[in-house]
Amino acid sequence: MRYLPHTEEDVSSMLRAAGAEDMDDLFSMIPGNCKMNGSLNLPEALTEWELNALMDGLSEKMAVSPEYKIFMGAGSYNHYIPESVSYLLSRSEFSTAYTPYQPEISQGTLQAIYEYQTLVTRLLGMEVANASMYDGASALAEALLMATRVTKRKKVALSELIHPYYRDVVRTYLEPGDYEIVELPRLENGRTDISGVAGMDDLAAVAIQSPNFFGCIEDLRTTGAVAHESGALFVLSFTEPLAYGLFKNPGCQEADIVCGEGQSLGIPQSFGGPGLGMFACRMKHVRDMPGRVVGKTTDVDGRPGFVLTLATREQHIRREKAKSNICTNNSLCALASAMYMASVGGTGIRELACLNYDKTEYLKRGLSEAGFGIPFDSPTFNEFVVEFGENFKDTYKKLLEQRIIAGIPLVTWYPDLPGHYLLCVTESMSREDMDALIKGVRS
Amino acid sequence: MKELQGTSGLIFNEPLLWEKGKKGRRGFSMPRRDVVPSPVDEGLAGDGPDFPDLSEVDVVRHYTRLSQWNFGVDTGMYPLGSCTMKYNPKINEREASLPGFAGAHPLLPQELSQGALELMYRLEQHLAEITGMDAVTLQPSAGAHGELAGMLLIHAYHKSRGSHRSKIIVPDTAHGTNPASASLCGFNSVSVQSNEKGIISTEAVAAIMDEDTAGIMITNPNTLGLFEENIREIAEIVHSKGGLVYGDGANMNAVMGIVQMGKIGVDVMHLNLHKTFSTPHGGGGPGSGPVCVKDILKPFLPVPRIIKKGDEYLLSGDFPESIGKLQAFYGNFGVMIKACSYIMSMSSEGLKRASQLAVLNANYIKENLRDSLYLPYDRPCMHECVFSDKLQKDKKITTLDMAKRLMDYGFHPPTIYFPLVVHGAMMIEPTETESKEDIDRFIEALKAIVAEAGKDPNLLKKAPVRPKLRRLDETAAARKPCLAG
Amino acid sequence: MKEIEELFLPENVRYTEMHEWTRDDGDNVTIGIDDYAQDQLGDIVFVELPEIGATFEKGEEFGTLESVKAVSEIYMPVSGEIIAINEALEEAPELINSAPYNDGWIIEVKPNDPDEINTLMSSSEYLEMLKGEE
Repeated sequence: MRYLPHTEEDVSSMLRAAGAEDMDDLFSMIPGNCKMNGSLNLPEALTEWELNALMDGLSEKMAVSPEYKIFMGAGSYNHYIPESVSYLLSRSEFSTAYTPYQPEISQGTLQAIYEYQTLVTRLLGMEVANASMYDGASALAEALLMATRVTKRKKVALSELIHPYYRDVVRTYLEPGDYEIVELPRLENGRTDISGVAGMDDLAAVAIQSPNFFGCIEDLRTTGAVAHESGALFVLSFTEPLAYGLFKNPGCQEADIVCGEGQSLGIPQSFGGPGLGMFACRMKHVRDMPGRVVGKTTDVDGRPGFVLTLATREQHIRREKAKSNICTNNSLCALASAMYMASVGGTGIRELACLNYDKTEYLKRGLSEAGFGIPFDSPTFNEFVVEFGENFKDTYKKLLEQRIIAGIPLVTWYPDLPGHYLLCVTESMSREDMDALIKGVRS
Repeated sequence: MKELQGTSGLIFNEPLLWEKGKKGRRGFSMPRRDVVPSPVDEGLAGDGPDFPDLSEVDVVRHYTRLSQWNFGVDTGMYPLGSCTMKYNPKINEREASLPGFAGAHPLLPQELSQGALELMYRLEQHLAEITGMDAVTLQPSAGAHGELAGMLLIHAYHKSRGSHRSKIIVPDTAHGTNPASASLCGFNSVSVQSNEKGIISTEAVAAIMDEDTAGIMITNPNTLGLFEENIREIAEIVHSKGGLVYGDGANMNAVMGIVQMGKIGVDVMHLNLHKTFSTPHGGGGPGSGPVCVKDILKPFLPVPRIIKKGDEYLLSGDFPESIGKLQAFYGNFGVMIKACSYIMSMSSEGLKRASQLAVLNANYIKENLRDSLYLPYDRPCMHECVFSDKLQKDKKITTLDMAKRLMDYGFHPPTIYFPLVVHGAMMIEPTETESKEDIDRFIEALKAIVAEAGKDPNLLKKAPVRPKLRRLDETAAARKPCLAG
Repeated sequence: MKEIEELFLPENVRYTEMHEWTRDDGDNVTIGIDDYAQDQLGDIVFVELPEIGATFEKGEEFGTLESVKAVSEIYMPVSGEIIAINEALEEAPELINSAPYNDGWIIEVKPNDPDEINTLMSSSEYLEMLKGEE
């Protein structure tokens, strides 16, 4: 087996040196009643070539672009990833390295993650970002826990327009503690109704998502003001960070913690994971922030370099008093997103975000002109809700056969919105694709 | 020093990203504009982020140079205890990048995602078999995430029985994520001391197990590299008071095909795909921490779960007692593909052989270094062995000094100062993918370093001298944190 | 790490098992950590201090000291109310290392019982205790 270099000779000589008679002797410290009988029941080992054939077969049973035109978002987005990024990411010095606890031989990872942290603070307008978390959902859960630590309060207000699965994850994380989760309803215009916040006492955090699950841009500044008035932190979540290539960032609009999903920035969709939990906050709260963080310093010769720092917040030092239990994070995904942001650049990301926005508006207009209702009139980015009507199921199926996936029905999560579908457009959709969809839903 | 592997290479000085570039450069092929611009609400539009503008060449050179400052498993031996830095097969990367997998949206109609669902189902089956458990969730993204899942499952189990238990027993050799995960779930960790053999005694557990204790978290083999021999009796005591046994599977690499944890009293355990199952560490992640459970915890598993109906694979959320979700979707699918590829390439014989060779390698190192470094537990070890700097104390040389000097010899240092029960611990886990020659070189290097400690300790105090940078000022970094440029 | 003989243990303060010193300043007492503690902890990078006006019992945790790789709790040598905290430690935690008995003082306390300080160890008693622990 090509991953196991020992020859019979090696094994005999090493057994001798180790003072063991044979392989079984090496395991003699395991009590007899702990050892398994027989061997594991697993399928026969495959050669490299058989494995390829098997995996090719499985991957072909998947509907992907460009064969399929998939107008779906909801937390996972089809953006182009430059070949240069995939190539650089495959450098095994990055991918086969461990967490950079020995900084002298990990400066590659450390500088790259410091650069990632910096780009994230610039994208979101915040003061400090960590070195990544698992995904946008768990990042939101951790953000709320952080808010409870900072304010020493136990109630959090969550918009119903935050991704339904994100809210599920928050509930799972908060269940064991005696926290209270209050839901903020939506307005007719597709934004969150924050009017109830003023009457709430003892709030640790007010959390909304922008662009929200319906694609609408929320009123961050007002939400922030209202949160602060009641002594709570303003937590802003997102699933589509490309929006901040075009829209005002959360940092300049009162946000205290900004967290979300970075998959759009250079990470393949990969059936939902690995993604990238982005997390940023204000410097004054940094000692309550979860996750690893890289800092700048110098070596004994005065040369500039980077190290993991503020480790006393983390599990390996603080153990049961740690700010979070996170150890392994999504470092390589953070690296991918930094490479992507570096490749797209400041001028480029603005242009790309505008292109995304314009393409989405094109589809929105086209569907509206075709006679379908666009129920929420707030400005949107990449995603929007269309009312196709409750009899749309057959058309949806017919379009599937034509290899077009016409969005996601909302009724699963919003039972009061039957016949409403969430559509998504990115730069990967051409005008022809969108025209085909419009034509298809018309018939 | 004679010419060993750790010679210096091509190390460029490379500035930070924003110190390069020129406005107007681009490293991205902008897709064709085939629609007209639409107006953006002025109140909402921003200026866009202050990113540098770089060409593709700028970006490629930048990251190529940065990568050359990094030591990976592909560079050399990485004997980090409890991390299992084994070789990462390249074929796994090919499978994970297949367009049908990499480009898949998680919310595809199920009939259009059968390939991924089948792969995940198969992986669940394989992991259940390897651990001797009844059901699996692949949702947790890392070991610690799996530990949290396990704690939540145990919490839900007790809640369903109307019992509210506040404590979890955690051995003194436990990894920091254990008590941290227990705390996240609202449990108080109660420490249990390991005995003079380096393992937990039945009596010690019996003394503290009561009906307010939800269970015990046990790593087996433990972080001293020793098999917890009393595990069956310990499990019995915990079970007899209505508690459950959580297994931290980080050290599974020692016992694949030799011990099935589910058959010796463990009720729930996590695995680290990025350790035992060869997926790359990525400089800190992503990993994957599947959790395997016995039937009693099945109802509480996170949703959605993968069901097989005839020839079809489906996702189902119809589990009313589920703890809910830990991740937005199904877990780190991209990592699962690699682990599944590995298991399919090794099968039962290969996995068992891997464990045997891992244990052989560790014992070989232990025997060869016992005269150079102090061995706090002089017993046969499993896949890792723990030394300390006790013998170097009079020269005022510490484990840290020896670790830093190892870099000059071309090796990544072992895990240092963990587990906490050994003062100045040095935990060495070679893994099975290191050849005898590389291990002999490692042993030779450590022996040379111990000799240097005796004759010329300054060589260690000043180490490392060969990598891009020498020792860094971590105090300044913590006192005046500079976390963004 | 210093040898026991190298430690500076002034006689004008009293000591506790948890390596804090307490100085009688008339109505109030001043508290810090001693040379042994600062030497063991290494470079202090961050100090978490209590609020002024907070009250604690003897033996209760009132703050933490962080070095790069460790966190240590600090405990009240006597019961009382926090009258003052050393705000200089926010910008310069290293004062605890360089001047543990002077500029590196941590808190000033109004003791509930002004005689409680006399129950603490003298410099020589503390030195004996350290030698015993060796």
